Amino acid sequence: MAATPEVTDATFDADVMKSELPVLVDFWAPWCGPCRMVAPIVEELGEEYAGRVSFYKMNTDENPAVPSQYGIRSIPSLLIFKSGELKGTIVGFRPKSDLKKRLEEAIA
Amino acid sequence: MTADRPETYDIAVIGAGGAGLTAALYGARARRRTIAFERLMTGGQIATTELVENYPGFPEGINGTDFALNLVQQVERFGAELRHEEVQAITPRPEGPFRIETSEGAYNAHTVIATAGADYNKLGVPGEDEFIGRGVSYCATCDAAFFQDQEVVVVGGGDAAFDEALYTTRYASKVWLVHRRDSFRASGLLQERVFGNAKIEIIRNTVVERIVGADMVEGAELRNVQTSEVRTLPVGAVFIFIGQTPNSHLLKGLVELDKGGHARVDLRMRTKVPGLFVAGDLRVEAARQLVSACGDGATAALAAEAYLAELGIGEG
Repeated sequence: MAATPEVTDATFDADVMKSELPVLVDFWAPWCGPCRMVAPIVEELGEEYAGRVSFYKMNTDENPAVPSQYGIRSIPSLLIFKSGELKGTIVGFRPKSDLKKRLEEAIA
Repeated sequence: MTADRPETYDIAVIGAGGAGLTAALYGARARRRTIAFERLMTGGQIATTELVENYPGFPEGINGTDFALNLVQQVERFGAELRHEEVQAITPRPEGPFRIETSEGAYNAHTVIATAGADYNKLGVPGEDEFIGRGVSYCATCDAAFFQDQEVVVVGGGDAAFDEALYTTRYASKVWLVHRRDSFRASGLLQERVFGNAKIEIIRNTVVERIVGADMVEGAELRNVQTSEVRTLPVGAVFIFIGQTPNSHLLKGLVELDKGGHARVDLRMRTKVPGLFVAGDLRVEAARQLVSACGDGATAALAAEAYLAELGIGEG
């Protein structure tokens, strides 16, 4: 399974805000157990939504600016952007079926 | 992936925590067609545990997430399938295998091992749901780092609360440990560490009444249950560890449950329904330890194997 690419404070604008496709960003950190457990599910979604939605992950330890801008106080947090606008926020570990539902709603 | 699956599995495991993954491991190693379903997090409660110090054979302890990921790898290596699907119904059929309906489809299996574990309890106070992800947390190892040099509240009196209170001291300037009773269920060793930690102040006989703030958590309103005295602590986070409730809704009407919702089983994890086993935190009298959950999973898989042999169902 292909690993989800990383986005950083420096590349966030180009990769996410200016993306033509909707984007899901998985905010995570190496010390966060549920983040490491949600990663393979995000990878599965990345394959299922290939060509429709872009998927990135952002390490909150290495990138303070974007997480602080979006007020992230809990990880994993999955944020969904469409045309540079925040369309959905999923906090904490949720079932895969929920993630798909929330993703569909956000990109509709 | 939504179609009915015509093929029949030998063993379906519901819940992929310590008990479920071990059951799947034993099933797969017995060369039985084994599938495991997980609604939420593979590894279950252990996946969010920072350090497991009481699993035999790891003198320095082991990170819970590493343990869970290793166990998943081990289970998959022996050929069990693992699906991120929520099981919605288990139906025994007198002539033939169980039918298992999930969020994605339906499956057949000759035996079912239910290891759905337990979910953490919520306080049920105003502000709790509103501030999830904004200062209310059920995982200190995930979120404590966001509250560097702030004061935080940890609620609870068991091992989980004590463990997580100790973890939060790495970041917080002060940890208020709030417990509704006078005494604690946490193990002696954890109590020694908490009582000896200068950053932790213990508040007994006290409950959280409300969590307050504007955008983020700014305080916790506490009430002493003996004196009814109320005060508000200015804190940036409230970490909640007040026990769990077994996920037994799938078993209601199917097997005998005690008043706490735990399934009655015999020493081989058998329920009164032939072919249906329950293991781990979901069963009565569970020790609620990783080591006992794994042991239960192995016992259930071996009993399932014996049942399949009795039915004359050969190896896959």
